[in-house]
Amino acid sequence: MTDKLSQSADKVLDHYTLFRQPEYAAMFEKKKTEFEYGHSDAEVARVSEWTKSEEYKAKNFAREAVVINPTKACQPIGAMFAAQGFEGTLPFVHGSQGCVAYYRTHLTRHFKEPNSAVSSSMTEDAAVFGGLNNMIDGLANAYALYKPKMIAVMTTCMAEVIGDDLQGFIANAKNKESVPADFPVPFAHTPAFVGSHIVGYDNMIKGILSSFWGTSENFDTPKTEQINLIPGFDGFAVGNNRELKRIAGEFGLKLQILSDVSDNFDTPMDGEYRMYDGGTTIEETKEALHAKATISMQEYNTTQTLQFCKEKGQEVAKFNYPMGVTATDELLLKLAELSGKPVPASLKLERGRLVDAIADSHTHLHGKRFAVYGDPDFCLGMTRFLLELGAEPVHILSTSGSKKWEKQVQKVLDGSPFGASGAAYGGKDLWHLRSLIFTDKVDYIIGNSYGKYLERDTKVPLIRLTYPIFDRHHHHRYPTWGYQGALNVLVRILDRIFEDIDANTNIVGQTDYSFDLIR
Amino acid sequence: MSLSENTTVDVKNLVNEVLEAYPEKSRKRRAKHLNVLEAEAKDCGVKSNVKSIPGVMTIRGCAYAGSKGVVWGPIKDMIHISHGPVGCGYYSWSGRRNYYIGDTGVDSWGTMHFTSDFQEKDIVFGGDKKLHKVIEEINELFPLVNGISIQSECPIGLIGDDIEAVARAKSAEIGKPVIPVRCEGFRGVSQSLGHHIANDAIRDWVFEKTEPKADFVSTPYDVTIIGDYNIGGDAWSSRILLEEIGLRVIAQWSGDGTLAELENTPKAKVNLIHCYRSMNYIARHMEEKYNIPWMEYNFFGPSQIAESLRKIAALFDDKIKENAEKVIARYQPMVDAVIAKYKPRLDGKKVMIYVGGLRPRHVVDAYHDLGMEIIGTGYEFAHNDDYQRTPHYVKEGTLIYDDVTAFELEKFVEAMRPDLVASGIKEKYVFQKMGLPFRQMHSWDYSGPYHGYDGFAIFARDMDLAINNPVWGVMKAPF
Repeated sequence: MTDKLSQSADKVLDHYTLFRQPEYAAMFEKKKTEFEYGHSDAEVARVSEWTKSEEYKAKNFAREAVVINPTKACQPIGAMFAAQGFEGTLPFVHGSQGCVAYYRTHLTRHFKEPNSAVSSSMTEDAAVFGGLNNMIDGLANAYALYKPKMIAVMTTCMAEVIGDDLQGFIANAKNKESVPADFPVPFAHTPAFVGSHIVGYDNMIKGILSSFWGTSENFDTPKTEQINLIPGFDGFAVGNNRELKRIAGEFGLKLQILSDVSDNFDTPMDGEYRMYDGGTTIEETKEALHAKATISMQEYNTTQTLQFCKEKGQEVAKFNYPMGVTATDELLLKLAELSGKPVPASLKLERGRLVDAIADSHTHLHGKRFAVYGDPDFCLGMTRFLLELGAEPVHILSTSGSKKWEKQVQKVLDGSPFGASGAAYGGKDLWHLRSLIFTDKVDYIIGNSYGKYLERDTKVPLIRLTYPIFDRHHHHRYPTWGYQGALNVLVRILDRIFEDIDANTNIVGQTDYSFDLIR
Repeated sequence: MSLSENTTVDVKNLVNEVLEAYPEKSRKRRAKHLNVLEAEAKDCGVKSNVKSIPGVMTIRGCAYAGSKGVVWGPIKDMIHISHGPVGCGYYSWSGRRNYYIGDTGVDSWGTMHFTSDFQEKDIVFGGDKKLHKVIEEINELFPLVNGISIQSECPIGLIGDDIEAVARAKSAEIGKPVIPVRCEGFRGVSQSLGHHIANDAIRDWVFEKTEPKADFVSTPYDVTIIGDYNIGGDAWSSRILLEEIGLRVIAQWSGDGTLAELENTPKAKVNLIHCYRSMNYIARHMEEKYNIPWMEYNFFGPSQIAESLRKIAALFDDKIKENAEKVIARYQPMVDAVIAKYKPRLDGKKVMIYVGGLRPRHVVDAYHDLGMEIIGTGYEFAHNDDYQRTPHYVKEGTLIYDDVTAFELEKFVEAMRPDLVASGIKEKYVFQKMGLPFRQMHSWDYSGPYHGYDGFAIFARDMDLAINNPVWGVMKAPF
């Protein structure tokens, strides 16, 4: 014991410095050798190397049951996100209460915003007798306390396993005057053991639309010039939805976003807490039935909803998280086609500036190899953009990806010589991706915060471009869609590349001849 | 909602006003959970550990969160399977900052997410077969795993799976402990039952089925740290003090802990408990079965740390007692410097606390050490014995709220206008929008450790940076 303490009031050491001090290092060593009964360093090193091998990869890819570090959440969080894009809407999650605590936490950690949703707090007695009373009391409490304009009901897997009937329960609760008879309470069954958060999103949007539009087919619904747009589950929704509205403004067309979280998930700090803010209004939602068309920005988030829109006589169009030059072109051309208005000159100018930026930087992107993971639509959009930049998407992975999705990715890869070394991995997880990266190295990983463990293990730099991003702040406020969005994505990728080059050329007298001032 | 301009608040009246918003049935129920602490009170006069009311935005979690998230998750050399659909494990993946040292994916798995990812067919036909396969695959891909726990999600108990039978069979097959935990989220009323179930699983499936290591040599100074999850390194900045006074910490439960440490715990001379709420069960069991005494301690803030070190030392010989005094004296200049630096900036600042197991009372004196005042506190999942322990820390007139709803907490804060709210991530941005400094007191707001003397310096600095940041001054636009 020396008398000199590491910690001091003058310079408070944080955890990342404190625990590296010699007294802690000695303590850790003692704990390990005397009490942990772990494996020898040699054995750990041997197994560590083995996990990086082709042999391990084969075993890893042979697994059928365990899922390790997946890129998917469960349905209700997607449903909650969808509901929170409607004005004054309180999500009401019917089932166990812990789930809601988890969803709120997850969304809050990404958006750095409050997230409001209630649970019907079902416990063991409800597991036996059903959750009807929880629905009746819960709707009454939620309505009285939080004064929503709409309550959107979804389910946890507990309520699904015991088979609670939402439609019947809500009708029952209305009979008991939990909420007024004409108060909107749309619902969606969102079993966690089917699909993932993107399916939950789809179910909830369809649930809300069908509650206002009616469920029956009507191909002859009268139409206006309006175009609806459904963004899908998107961590960049704040920036992206605002960008879409700006683009619509440039066009001068009536674009109605269905589920717009951009204001709700980006409220100002001015002394007033807004439990609800912005979002698609109930009037707008009703009116959207008469739109001539509905566009989905994320096909896999809207499979059922688009079918439903078709049955209302709307033209539909679907995109796969359109990013970059040509994907944005296609989106704008679709808007032009549907509206009969030409793509405005201002957007053409933005396109030119984006292409100019890409040309300025292409030398640093050409031939760089990438792993991309995330939701199916994001992976498709990102892959396309990378190909456009002359980069090579190599491993494209999505736990929510299907065989159909794999084929779709392959088609995108086949469309470019830069896609020759690429392959899609649907239904696989980040532990698979670890094997892929160790056995077939890439230069960069594009994903979310969970990818930082891959970055640590493989030393391949990570670029965070999809939900959830917990350990970097505010990127979701900047769009990734449209030409402006593509520019943001381009800069994010370039910054990481330049930081990486600098970090690898900064040893004085050894590598710093390449520590170039100009790149 | 925004802050009221009132400077004095009739707290009792405030409670009644806030309750007015509820439908009658819920108002009656919630009234029992809110109280203003009276002088000489034996407890806080609130009801606790009962079901949350539906639809009110409780801040509580579930039994799975209590077991996987709190008790079992930090045991680093085991793999904890989130058994059921994908979500529970996904949301709790790396969420709690239980620091550990190890080669993740090779000999430690704390920041990974393992799930059986139930599909509809598993619900319909049962998931036991899949669970067999999951365990086989884990053992093959992670040969250095020392044990496996099965953390049940809601469907498991509802569809009648026999995870105990799977655990027994697989444990025999792979020659390692496989521990089934019945912590389905619908059990109980909060995280709390999950802690209890997790404790019982250690009792029944670790203590009953394994032995302390054969080569373990006891000393008269062997203690354990029980109920420290090593958030931001808390258990480490605690352990170092216990070692400095001459004790030997043979196990950490469960932050940075290992299965061997659990197994060797019955060899301890005394179990030292930090989070009483989540681990008193196992301490009581060891007292009964192995005759090991247990003692609660508090390593938040210098007053409590010194008191606790002396209480702990009093259980041992004079050498340890002398060491405790030396250690307290050794850190005193640093403590004095921290207080001299930060107290003038924090003196008289009012705090409202709302957290989980032990912190609504345990952190109180750390604030007092900095001259700060607690005007409201409450627990997410306390039992009556927690509320009995609380008046020791807080003074008459403190507002007490049990399982507070988001609505109530917002109203209380609006009216009482503390200088700092100390609660969780779900609350953080609500109060910051109102213009109130906030610290997350579950995750230490990504800082920490807060335990021990080293942690106190960080705690003081963090409270200062929250309260005295210039951002609060520019909140109002000048136009």
